Amino acid sequence: MDVSTGAAASQSTEQLRGPAIVAAIKAAGIRYVLSVPDLHTSKGLLFPIADDPELRLIRVCKEDECLGIAAGLSYGNKRALILIQHTGFLYAQNAIRAVAVEQKLPMCFMVGLLNNEPGKSPRESKRIGLRVVEPILDLWGIPRDILHSDADVPRVAPALRDAYERSHPTAILIGRRPVSP
Amino acid sequence: MMNRLECLKILARHVTDEIVVATYSTGTDWLALTPERPLNYFAFGAMGLASSHGLGLALGRPDKRVIVLDGDGSLLMNFGTLVTIGAVQPRNFIHFVGHNGSYEANGGHPIPNRTVDFAGAARAAGIAKAHTIAELGDFAARIGGLLGEEGPVFVDLLIEQGPLGARDYSDMYAAARRTAFRAALEAGA
Repeated sequence: MDVSTGAAASQSTEQLRGPAIVAAIKAAGIRYVLSVPDLHTSKGLLFPIADDPELRLIRVCKEDECLGIAAGLSYGNKRALILIQHTGFLYAQNAIRAVAVEQKLPMCFMVGLLNNEPGKSPRESKRIGLRVVEPILDLWGIPRDILHSDADVPRVAPALRDAYERSHPTAILIGRRPVSP
Repeated sequence: MMNRLECLKILARHVTDEIVVATYSTGTDWLALTPERPLNYFAFGAMGLASSHGLGLALGRPDKRVIVLDGDGSLLMNFGTLVTIGAVQPRNFIHFVGHNGSYEANGGHPIPNRTVDFAGAARAAGIAKAHTIAELGDFAARIGGLLGEEGPVFVDLLIEQGPLGARDYSDMYAAARRTAFRAALEAGA
């Protein structure tokens, strides 16, 4: 699913509010967040998540740990979000293959695109690490979406819910650095 | 030094309704000993993640005790897991590591440092109950108590290298086993 065309529709709105994303995460029934810190989402998402009493944040050492923990949680019918930077997403590819893709487990990735130009597709980036993210997700057959502004946030909860209801991985890319009041 | 299969036979006599997470060589040996056990969970495909799967299961099912049967080569591929477990402090979690100094599943090559003190590393990572066991009699005498301890518990088992050569993981990793595991959990096993 390529919904990166949403970028064009949302370029006129310049803000992506972290609290709105956190509300969407909770609305999807997510109660665990597994994360390695990412400067891109640090202030706007990770600190608010860490302070939210309805979410349990588990800070891990490397991104592939998240796959195992989320898998185990899913067998207990607990929903988790994996919040990582795109570099960590690249690091964790073998675990993504084995745990998320081959086992068709519900895995919700929220991937910060550090240094992505706000409002633009990462495919247009000068940085190869950003350009390859969407093609890799497509290769795995993982549905993806990208958030550039508040207008995109209403798609978050349905995407996360669908991953758990139909047992498949999904990825939400954070195209602009979220802000937190 | 102990024989892994003998350790697992002793463990099998003590296990009741725990979730057992196993991987690679230990996994195939455990499956051979407990082929019909529905609460076996085999860490699939990405070497090193058994303890992470176990941590998720321990959090997802706090009413169940989770036993992880890891390997030393596997643990080294995910060494940070000890720090994560040390931070989370799952009370229903016990982590055994078969320490034979060898990537047995990958041809028997040595791990980078065979004398690594895994129990010391676990303690340093925040897992206070970390033990090393080198004799089968000692293991037999302590296993009941270890399984009853409040977690997290870490146990480094000093074992001999097992038989080398290709192992058949197809049964262990069959989707039907994961389906049966989920069904058993949901049935309240």
